[in-house]
Amino acid sequence: MLESSAQEQPEAIAQPLTVEQAIANLRSLDLSLRYYAAWWLGRFRVRESAAVEGLILALADEDHRTEMGDYPLRRNAARALGKIGDKQAVPGLIRCLDCSDYYVREAAAQSLGMLGDFTAVPPLMQLLSLGVDATAQVSGRPHAVEPCEAAIEALGSLGATQAVQLIQPFLNQPVAKVQYAAMRALYQLTGDDSYGQRLVQALAGDDLKLRRVVLADLGAVGYLPAAGAIASCAVENSFKLFALKGLLEHQSNSGTGLSDGALEVMGLMDSLL
Amino acid sequence: MNDLACRDLIQAVERASSPAQLVSAVQALVASGEAAAIPTLIAVLGYNNPVAAVAAVDGLVSFGAVAVQPLMEQLDEYNYGARAYSIRALAAIADPRAMDVLIPAAATDFAPSVRRAAAKGLGSLDWNLLSGKARSHSQALALQTLLSILDDPDWSIRYAAVVGLSALAHSPDLRAQIQVHLKQIGDADVAVRSRLLLAQKVLSDV
Repeated sequence: MLESSAQEQPEAIAQPLTVEQAIANLRSLDLSLRYYAAWWLGRFRVRESAAVEGLILALADEDHRTEMGDYPLRRNAARALGKIGDKQAVPGLIRCLDCSDYYVREAAAQSLGMLGDFTAVPPLMQLLSLGVDATAQVSGRPHAVEPCEAAIEALGSLGATQAVQLIQPFLNQPVAKVQYAAMRALYQLTGDDSYGQRLVQALAGDDLKLRRVVLADLGAVGYLPAAGAIASCAVENSFKLFALKGLLEHQSNSGTGLSDGALEVMGLMDSLL
Repeated sequence: MNDLACRDLIQAVERASSPAQLVSAVQALVASGEAAAIPTLIAVLGYNNPVAAVAAVDGLVSFGAVAVQPLMEQLDEYNYGARAYSIRALAAIADPRAMDVLIPAAATDFAPSVRRAAAKGLGSLDWNLLSGKARSHSQALALQTLLSILDDPDWSIRYAAVVGLSALAHSPDLRAQIQVHLKQIGDADVAVRSRLLLAQKVLSDV
C-alpha cells in the first residue's frame, strides 16, 4: 500500500483476462494459471456464483503444493473470498483455520474478519488457545506459531466481546504488531478510550514500518481523537490520508450530514494533499 | 550575507553525513534568505529525508515567485517523491506560471502523491496575476483538468479533485459553473461523498 490501495500485486504482469476465463482457469492443468486466476477474481471482486464456487473448491485444493508442504492456491483463494464478501465461503474458510500452512490460516482469519459471520468466532478463538505462546517464531520459517495478529483483528471486527479476556494477554507480549492488533480489537470490543490512546502513543515509535501499521489500525477503528496525531506523525502522506479516510468513514457512517469530527478530519486531509 | 557565507551553508547541506545534520543544515540555509540557496533546496527534495524536504519546501515557498522558474526547470522526472514536494511548493506559491507543470502532473503522472498535490494546486493559483483573457483561458484549462480526473479509479485522486474544484470556485467567474458540476457528481466512496458535501456547503454559504 505504498502509493495506492490497488498495488497489492504487480499490475505489470497482469495479462488481459475475462471473468469467464478466470473462472475457467481455476480448473486449468497449469497450476500457475489457477493461482493467478484466484488472485485476479479477488482483485476485481468478481461476485458471480461460478467464481465463488470455484474459489470455495480451491480452498481444499491438493494439487498445488510446494516442497515445504504449503498450499499457494488455497492462500489466494482464501484471500479472494474475503474481498468478494460472499458468506457462502464461511464454512470452507473455517476449515482452513486448521490447515497445516500458516499463511492459509492467516488468510482465512483475515477473510473471516471481513465476512462478518459470527459463526467464525469460536474457531478464531480456538486459534488463540495457546495464548501468547502462539506468537513465538517457528524455527526455520519466517512466521509465528499461529497468525495471532489476523485472528485478533478478525475477532475485533466481528464484535466478539466474549474474546476480550482471551485477547488481553496479547497486549503484554513482545511482538509489536500483535500488541497493536490487541489494542485495536480491545478498543472495538470495549470502547475503552485507553486502548485508542495506546495506539496514538505508538505513533511516536522509532520504526517507520510499525508506525505505518499503527496508522492502518487507527484508520480501521476510526478513532477520532487520533486525527491530529495521525496528520503530524512521521510517515508518508499517503498512509496518513488512508488512516484519516478511515476516521472520516466512521464519522460519515455514524450520522447524517457533516459532523464536527468529519469537518476536522477533512481539514487535515486537505492539508496532506 | 556575502556570497562566501552562503556557499558555506550550501556546502554544509551537500556534505551532511547524518539525517539530523542534513535537517539542521537545510534549516540554516533557509534562514539565510539568500536566493542563491534555491537550487540546493530543490536538490534536497530528492534526498529521501522527509523532515529536510519539508523544511526545504517551506524555504522555497518563502522565496515566492523567484523560486517558480527553478522549481519548474528542476522538476525531477525520475523521483516521484521529489516531484511531489516540488509540486507542493509550486501549489503553495500559487503563481499561475506553474500551470504548465501542474496540468500534466494532475492528469497523467503515475504517482498518486504527485497527482493529488497538483490537483489541489490547480484550484488555488493566484489568478489575479493574469490579465483578463489569459485568466479566463487558464481557469478554463484548470477546470477542465480537474473535471477530467473526477472519475479516476483512485479515491484519493477524486478527493483531491474535489478539493481543487472547491478552491477554484472561489473565483467569481467560475462559481456558478462549478456549483452545477458539483451537484451532478456522485461518488461510490463515502469519504469522497463527504468532501463533495462540504464543497457544496461552502459554496452555498458564500
